[in-house]
Amino acid sequence: MNKQSNTYTILYSAIMVVVVGAVLALTYMALKPKQDENIANDKRMQILSAVHLTAPDGDYRSVYEKYVAETFVVNVSGDRTEGDAFGVNMAAEEKKPAQERLLPVFVCKLDDGQLKYILPVYGAGLWGPIWGYVALNDDANTVYGAYFSHQGETPGLGAEIAKPEFQAQFEGKELFKDGSFRSIDVMKAGQKPADNADYVNAISGGTVTSKGVESMLKSCLTDYSAFLDKLKTK
Amino acid sequence: MLSKKNKEVFFNPFSKNNPVIVQVLGICSVLAVTAKLEPALVMGISVTAVLAFANVIISLIRNTIPTNIRIIVQLVVVAALVIIVDQVLKAYNYEVSKALSVFIGLIITNCILMGRLEAFALSNGPWDSFLDGVGNGIGYALILIIVGFFRELLGSGTLLGFQVIPQALYDLGYQNNGLMILPPMALITVACIIWVHRSRNKDLQEN
Repeated sequence: MNKQSNTYTILYSAIMVVVVGAVLALTYMALKPKQDENIANDKRMQILSAVHLTAPDGDYRSVYEKYVAETFVVNVSGDRTEGDAFGVNMAAEEKKPAQERLLPVFVCKLDDGQLKYILPVYGAGLWGPIWGYVALNDDANTVYGAYFSHQGETPGLGAEIAKPEFQAQFEGKELFKDGSFRSIDVMKAGQKPADNADYVNAISGGTVTSKGVESMLKSCLTDYSAFLDKLKTK
Repeated sequence: MLSKKNKEVFFNPFSKNNPVIVQVLGICSVLAVTAKLEPALVMGISVTAVLAFANVIISLIRNTIPTNIRIIVQLVVVAALVIIVDQVLKAYNYEVSKALSVFIGLIITNCILMGRLEAFALSNGPWDSFLDGVGNGIGYALILIIVGFFRELLGSGTLLGFQVIPQALYDLGYQNNGLMILPPMALITVACIIWVHRSRNKDLQEN
């Protein structure tokens, strides 16, 4: 057979594509359960980071099950709705109109009996998505801890939002001022928000990412504000 | 099992014909993954595995490949193997897979791979090609490990995550060199290795 003919070339590439496609599909299906477990574990690690809990041996599942007392989903009006909090995809929820969003809440019970409410946030940085978890005290106002991560912010600049030094600034900040929701601003050193909101220092050289954190907190936590109001009066 | 030619094929890439420090291929990944020793190690193993298997596969089908699409065939084989490695890492070593992120995918663009497939596997048998792939992979991994060793030791004071520089030294005022973590120091470290290597091998020096 003439190996340089068009028929041979086309047949050859068609068979190659089918074989390679089948091999890749098989690999993907065989490894999927294990990968999903890793991704879920990574998510547990992020949620637990917001309340400063770690699993030194990497067994986040048991730590998560020990401390996370309750998970539920609320809507923008602050009422509980149907849904699996752990499975909610924040990226997809952000695209929906506010009224239809599912807002997950993770309630964490620490060793000393304190309840912490962990709320996921999701937004845009400079190069790609950024996300995080904000843990609130049971006064539904004071931040207990925060965790942020990103897909591909600039190392040394925007990527610093994933560093403990940046995240620690949020501890003790208050979301509500003078009885209304203000979120937490991320300001250049020396500047102050006009509306008296609590603020943290931005990252020098990482302005777009810092502003991304600010608008992420504002937009995502605003969705939760009705829920937080109800929590306060409870 | 190892004839004289086979020995050359296997051992030459370690030093005399090293893909990184003599042929200066695959430099981008050396910059990217060597800030810590562990990702460097995993990257070295991944490239070795992909290169060895791609070499064998291409060598096995070398007589059937139509010449005008041989580069495409090589790319498809390499891409498929890289995706498999990426999936396996995601399943069994998620932390490292997160640290290496896109660089595993970028093995596809590593010039060493296409270079070996085109220059060796297309004209040699599977066993020779396998040795060539493993040899070049190890040659690449060696440089990655040397660079990763110095960058992690001097930049973070750790090796594979374990603290090796004693606290007492820090108390005396020693500090980690933050510059070692940044990409330029990978280039400078590679340059130093090339310098040492060339001065020891006179036959590599040009006039």
